[in-house]
Amino acid sequence: MTVFARIGRAALVGAFVTVLAACGGSVKEDEAAAAEAAAQQQAAQEAARAEAARQQAARAREEAAAQAALADAATAAGTVFYFDFDSSELSREARAAIDAHIALMLSNRASARLEGHTDERGSRAYNQALGERRANAVRDYMVANGVPAYRLESISYGEENPVAYGSGESNWQQNRRVELK
Amino acid sequence: MLRMLKVVLCVLGLSLSTWASAQLSIEITQGVDNPTPVAIVPFAWRGVGAPSEDVARIVDNDLAHSGQFAPVNRRDMLSFPSRASELYFRDWRAISAEYIVIGEVRGGARIEVEYQLFDAIRQVKIASGVVSGVASETRMLGHQVADQIYEQLTGIPGAFATRLLYVSVNRNPNGKDFYRLTLADSDGRRPIVLLESRDPILSPAWSPDGSEVAYVSYETSRPAIYRQNLMTGNREQLTNFTGLNSSPAWSPDGSAMAMVLSKDGNPDLYLMDLATRELTRLTQHYAIDTEPTWMPDGRSLLFTSDRGGKPQIYRYELQTGRINRVTFEGAYNARARVAQDGRNVAMIHQSGGQYHIAVQDLVTDRVTVLTTTDLDESPTIAPNGSMVLYATKDGERSILRAVAVDGGVRFSLPAREGSVQEPAWSPYVNAQR
Repeated sequence: MTVFARIGRAALVGAFVTVLAACGGSVKEDEAAAAEAAAQQQAAQEAARAEAARQQAARAREEAAAQAALADAATAAGTVFYFDFDSSELSREARAAIDAHIALMLSNRASARLEGHTDERGSRAYNQALGERRANAVRDYMVANGVPAYRLESISYGEENPVAYGSGESNWQQNRRVELK
Repeated sequence: MLRMLKVVLCVLGLSLSTWASAQLSIEITQGVDNPTPVAIVPFAWRGVGAPSEDVARIVDNDLAHSGQFAPVNRRDMLSFPSRASELYFRDWRAISAEYIVIGEVRGGARIEVEYQLFDAIRQVKIASGVVSGVASETRMLGHQVADQIYEQLTGIPGAFATRLLYVSVNRNPNGKDFYRLTLADSDGRRPIVLLESRDPILSPAWSPDGSEVAYVSYETSRPAIYRQNLMTGNREQLTNFTGLNSSPAWSPDGSAMAMVLSKDGNPDLYLMDLATRELTRLTQHYAIDTEPTWMPDGRSLLFTSDRGGKPQIYRYELQTGRINRVTFEGAYNARARVAQDGRNVAMIHQSGGQYHIAVQDLVTDRVTVLTTTDLDESPTIAPNGSMVLYATKDGERSILRAVAVDGGVRFSLPAREGSVQEPAWSPYVNAQR
């Protein structure tokens, strides 16, 4: 072989090796780039999950706060609703108070017991029936506003278990009531 | 949930709980103008052991409580005969007695009480009699003697040998009130607790033969009707319906129980056959129908209904189902109870803005207001038709009072403490009448 041929062949081999080396180098770069991309993606996903969790926690806090607000409103409204003599009609005040309990019960799964009472005037058995009318009036209003009937129980005690034991309107008025328990 | 409920067995003669605070005492508040002076001489004791009761004192108290007799004080008696041969009429005319009762008690575990009744003015024996029974029932035997003497002197059978069922309530300022269904003699003595509960007991009622009682109890946290045998103490829950279970009333033949249920939408009258438990609905009306009570012939019921607007008394005829209004006087009439004569009906009657007890004569429809007390309720009539016992308000508690149907005699039966409500007068204790 001539000298030129030998140099030519070496150059060719050299070039060939260089090309080979260069190809090997770009695969590594691709791998590095891919790994970086994957890492970036993972970080993004974690960030998204954390964000979602934060949002969920925030929603739960909001719900709990709303629940507590409903419970507070119901407590503030009181659990005793009053009636006029010989009547089972719900007054505006009674309705407003019951509304607070309706709102609370629509947000949870609790049951309630409605206990109807009367003042002492008249016969005991008739008063038992009148007390039931009052408890039913509260129950029916709650059902009409969305509370499922199976979660409400109404019982009458008539003139038994009074709050005030004396006579006269100041005592009687305290006894004409439905208690929510 | 712990319910403080205790059933005390009432075996005749055994008083398991003499609740002194629930014992009633009788105080005459009004008698007749000229009560007849009667001398009841202490009866001689001719029995084994020591006498358990002062029988003459029981007769003495009964006649005094009737308001129609003025028993002679023992301190004024000049002699103490127990036999006719020992009786000197001048001793009794001297102290203005018009009648004399003498007698003796003999026996041991079983005793006999023999009495003789004399007219001091005409100086003749009018009547005599013997009653007998177990020694533990000596008080009731004394009441039977009083019944016979009362009938001899007034023509009306006495009602002293009877019992009272009532609910005693003791207020608990720290929690639930104590309810006690109590049974006592008609003079308030020997109270026995049949049922004790922290939840209300209402509407006590007697079976026609006096062997059982029925009542409403909230011990299951809802009202239910129970029956209880006085001899055995056995209880049976008769109803468990949703809504009201109230006002049990035995039919005169004992076969059925009228009651008030609201399970079908609103309070109506129902009839339960006690043998089969089959229920028959009697009234069907959107109004409140309650407080059924039987006419003595068992053919109709009186009841309270506000179908006309406010509570009034109506009559339901079982055969035809026909309903007629009975009361037309007063804005409020409720809780009727019929006397054994089927003619007089006692009820709560509102007049002058107050709640009184009145009696309506079903034949003439005449209404007589008997009481001047207010917030009166739960009238019950003695089996001889002569007295009406009822509950009324006294300060912050309920007490029992009685008034004669003719309005003449009145007395009150306060308990030492607590409230007494819903009295129910028993039928006669033995089946003599």
